[in-house]
Amino acid sequence: MRRRRWLASAVGWPLVLQLRPAQATPEALAAAIRSFTGGTPLREGKLRIEVATLVDNGNTVPVSVRVPGAAPAEVAAIALFNERNPQSDVARFHFGPRAGLRTVSTRIRLATSQQLVAVARLADGSCWVQRVDVVVTLAACIE
Amino acid sequence: MARTLIQAPSSVRRGDSFSLRVLLQHPMESGFRVGVDGQVLPRDIVRRFACSYNGERVVEVELFPAVSANPYLEFSAQATDSGTLSFEWEGDHGFVHREQRTITVT
Repeated sequence: MRRRRWLASAVGWPLVLQLRPAQATPEALAAAIRSFTGGTPLREGKLRIEVATLVDNGNTVPVSVRVPGAAPAEVAAIALFNERNPQSDVARFHFGPRAGLRTVSTRIRLATSQQLVAVARLADGSCWVQRVDVVVTLAACIE
Repeated sequence: MARTLIQAPSSVRRGDSFSLRVLLQHPMESGFRVGVDGQVLPRDIVRRFACSYNGERVVEVELFPAVSANPYLEFSAQATDSGTLSFEWEGDHGFVHREQRTITVT
């Protein structure tokens, strides 16, 4: 384990420096999620991301998010984030008084194999999270 | 004028939640790609979408460059009264597009 870490620090650095402009950092992801939740601690459960775990084409990946653990009227907003695109935000859905079931779908770009993070904010202020790892064979063209 | 595809039911039962699917023809240029001349292509995305039902908000969506070209969105609205569904997209370089559909509640 120590040797692996040493290898990562010695060999990995030049790579990391090259990749940085094309990839958001974990801090950027955390900051994006914080800007949506306002710093509320995230809890697991209640939320489901539906996405193929093996994606052929990263240019258009169908994703849908449901909140089976909460009544529709309780859900105030749903946001979707990614780990390794140049920017961590994907989309944020804010529901109004005329919204029906809180199931949303869209199609997104994935620059590489990575984790998708969905966060739901409920009317009582609590925030729920679900993470899914996705493997992308043909990456979205970003450079 | 941008082209759109909107799937909305023409009539729904009162109290039901019904699904709405909208697609807008738009390149969603992310601002991270490099063109043939080696210059970064300027960002041109749809930043905001909103749907209202008789003037009341159904959903408002913030979009970012990670949304695919020709942004597709699916969501639901609650049937209350007959009236109009209005859809609005706003984006970079002053892009605005509006559509309307009438809906009958039985």
